[in-house]
Amino acid sequence: MNSEIVWMIIGMGVVTFIPRMLPFVLFRGKELPEFLQGILRNVPYATLGALIFPGIFFIQEDIWYGVLGAAVAFAIAFLGANVIVVVLGSIAVLSLYSLLF
Amino acid sequence: MSEMVLNKSATEFRRGFQAGITIAIGYFPVALTFGLLAKTTGLSFGETLLMSLIVYAGAAQYISLSLLTLGTGTFEIILTTFIVNIRHFLMSASLNEKSEDEPPLTKAAYAFGITDETFSVAAVKEGTVSAGYMFGLNMIAYLSWGIFSGVGYMVGSSLPKTFQEGMSVALYAMFVGLLVPSMKKGMKVVYLAVLAAIFNTVFTITNALSTGWAIVCATLLSAVIVEWVVFIRGRQRRMKNEQ
Repeated sequence: MNSEIVWMIIGMGVVTFIPRMLPFVLFRGKELPEFLQGILRNVPYATLGALIFPGIFFIQEDIWYGVLGAAVAFAIAFLGANVIVVVLGSIAVLSLYSLLF
Repeated sequence: MSEMVLNKSATEFRRGFQAGITIAIGYFPVALTFGLLAKTTGLSFGETLLMSLIVYAGAAQYISLSLLTLGTGTFEIILTTFIVNIRHFLMSASLNEKSEDEPPLTKAAYAFGITDETFSVAAVKEGTVSAGYMFGLNMIAYLSWGIFSGVGYMVGSSLPKTFQEGMSVALYAMFVGLLVPSMKKGMKVVYLAVLAAIFNTVFTITNALSTGWAIVCATLLSAVIVEWVVFIRGRQRRMKNEQ
């Protein structure tokens, strides 16, 4: 292994771990002001929105591929299906789409 | 008594492990592609595995490969990694609010496994989050990421193309599958997700911010605005009641 690459990987590992770990060590939880706690409780749903859009539209060069993927995933999820079914169903429909077009 | 505690954490571990199966499926194509790209970038098999096991962050790993190809220096790559991954600070702070009381060292240990995906699964789970659950969840996600990075390095280029393309939707479909059940429960979740999606799309399309910062800013803006609206409305209601 190239030692410079190894040092780079270790450095990347350290700077990735620090933001993951700090909040757990700094805060014991529940001692923050109520308004701030409210914001932190909102974070998961806001994050999910930002993680899905616009990324899902750009999974392939053909933007319709992503639009179809989003539509199928939302449709299956709205029907109340389990997460795994949403994932496998979306993969199946998109594989079919790229086979046909 | 200690046996009961042990049994409880074993059950929790298993629950986390099961909840992580979707993540393991979702990581399959992403890790596979990473392994393949690492090989084309010129990393050795050992370096590829090492990066997946030590850094364990998909987006940052992909970006480091393209920076390596461009001949970027080590320091800039590490700095970029930091910027891309700073969003995990927000996720850990949020998860910490619903985590069970456990020694900070234990929490620091499972914090290593916080990714967009493990965070999303743990954050929308009912009730509190225990260390056992987090270790189970992290374990299967980490194994999938590590193993399929290696597999991708070895065989990635020989997989059928339609399959590779179809799999690219997996992680996004998982996020949708995690978000929708909560959206059905209340409009607040809908506002939070839609607002963050709009902000992130604007930041991304206008190239105003890099991916890492775009997600951080979109999430924070949406979480603060919605909380603020809830706060103002609550105050108005209280004032009305007092009159």
